[in-house]
Amino acid sequence: MKTAIIKYNAGNIRSVLFALDRLGVQGTVTDDPEEIRAADKVIFPGVGEASTAMQYLQQRGLDKVITSLQQPVLGICLGLQLMCKHSEENNTPCLGIFDVEVKRFQSPVANLLKIPQIGWNNIAGLHSTIFEKVPENSYMYFVHSYYAALAPETVAIANYVVNYSAALQKDNFYAVQFHPEKSAEAGQKLLESFLKL
Amino acid sequence: MLTKRIIPCLDIKDGRTVKGVNFENIRDAGDPIELGALYAQQGADELVFLDITATNERRKTLAELVTGIARHVNIPFTVGGGISSVEDVYVLLQSGADKISVNTTAFKRPELVDELSREFGSQCIVLAIDTRFEEGDWYVYLNGGRVKTTTKAYDWAKEAVDRGAGEILLTSMNNDGTKQGFALDITGQLSQNLNVPVIASGGAGTMDHFTEVFENAQADAALAASIFHYKEIEIPDLKKYLYSKGINIRF
Repeated sequence: MKTAIIKYNAGNIRSVLFALDRLGVQGTVTDDPEEIRAADKVIFPGVGEASTAMQYLQQRGLDKVITSLQQPVLGICLGLQLMCKHSEENNTPCLGIFDVEVKRFQSPVANLLKIPQIGWNNIAGLHSTIFEKVPENSYMYFVHSYYAALAPETVAIANYVVNYSAALQKDNFYAVQFHPEKSAEAGQKLLESFLKL
Repeated sequence: MLTKRIIPCLDIKDGRTVKGVNFENIRDAGDPIELGALYAQQGADELVFLDITATNERRKTLAELVTGIARHVNIPFTVGGGISSVEDVYVLLQSGADKISVNTTAFKRPELVDELSREFGSQCIVLAIDTRFEEGDWYVYLNGGRVKTTTKAYDWAKEAVDRGAGEILLTSMNNDGTKQGFALDITGQLSQNLNVPVIASGGAGTMDHFTEVFENAQADAALAASIFHYKEIEIPDLKKYLYSKGINIRF
C-alpha cells in the first residue's frame, strides 16, 4: 500500500510520518502529481496560513490534483480548511470539496475566549468509517484559530463557544480539524481506520 | 469542551533526563524518550523538555533527541532551553517538536518573538517567564533565575503576547520546590487579562494544588516535574481526582 503525504509549505509533516510509522506504514512525502495520483491513500496535512498555502498549491497545480483524487484522502487541520469553499483567513477561496465556510473564532466578550484554541477537546456526533474505533466524546488535540462551520458534510462536532465541524466527509474525502498524529490512542485509532479504508 | 492540561516537565542534560528516578516499569529512567512515552501513556496532555546542556555540542544532540521523541511519543511536546534564533527554532520544529519555548534571549531581544511568530505561527511559540515576588510585585528573572530585572512579569507577558507569543509558561520562583501550591495571584492575573493560554508552574505538592490553580487562578494548564518523577502523585490518579472535583479534564 502506498500512502502519499502532500508536501507543501505547511508544517507538521514529520509528525504525520512518525504517526504512520508507529502503525507500521511508511508514508512518502511528495508534491509530484503522478505520485500523489498513484497512491492508495493520500494525506493532506498542514499547519499554517490559508492564502500562502493555497497559492503554493495553485502554482504547482496541486489544487486540481487534490480535487480530482478518487482514492481516500484525509485532510488534517489546515488541510481540512483548505478543502472547504472559502476561508475568512485573508479572504481566501479554497478547494471547494466541502461546501463549507471557514470562519475565525470570535470571543463573545473580550479575553473570554483564548485564540487559538490549544488543547484537548471532545468530539461528538461521530458518524464516519474513520471513527469506527473512536468512542463518542473522545478527546482530540486541537490547535486552530479558524473553524469550519456545521454543514451536511459534518461527521463530528466539537464546541469552542460555537459548535463547529471537528470532521467532514464527502465521498472519498475525509478531513479532521484536530491532529490525530498528536492525539494519543484515539488519534492512532482514527489513522488506523483511515488506512484500512 | 476544551480541557485543562497536565504537563510533566523533563530537564535534559547531554541527552539524558536530569531528575530521572525510580520508575520500575521502564528500563532507563534517564532516557527522555522512554520517560516521555510513559507519561503519554499515563495520560499526560503534553510534555515539556527543557534542555540545560551548556556545551557547543548541544544543538546537534538536542535535534537528534527531539526526533527520537517525535518518533515515539504520540502527544504534543514543547522544547526549550537556550533557543536564540529563527534558525534554532527551524531545526527543532523540523526535527519534530510541536512548540518551542523561549525565555532569556527573548527578554533581551523581544523582536525574536515577532520573528518567530511571523515565521512559524504563534501557536508554536511559548514564552517562558521565571518570576519572583518581592517589594510588592512580581519581577522577571533571567538566566534560570540568577539575574534579576526591574521589569514586572505582567508587563513582559503582555508585551510578548502583543508580539505574537501563543502561550505563557509562568514559573514562580517563590513557589518552585516548596510543594506549597502554585502562585495563584500572578497566574490568575495573567490568565484573566491575556488572550493566550497560561501554563502555571512551580509549587505543586498535592492534588488540591492543581484544583486551586485551575479553579481559582483559571490556569489553562499546570506543569510539574519532581512530584511526577518521584511518583508522589501519579498522573492517572491526579486526573481521576480532578475529574471528581468537576474540573474539565481528559480522562
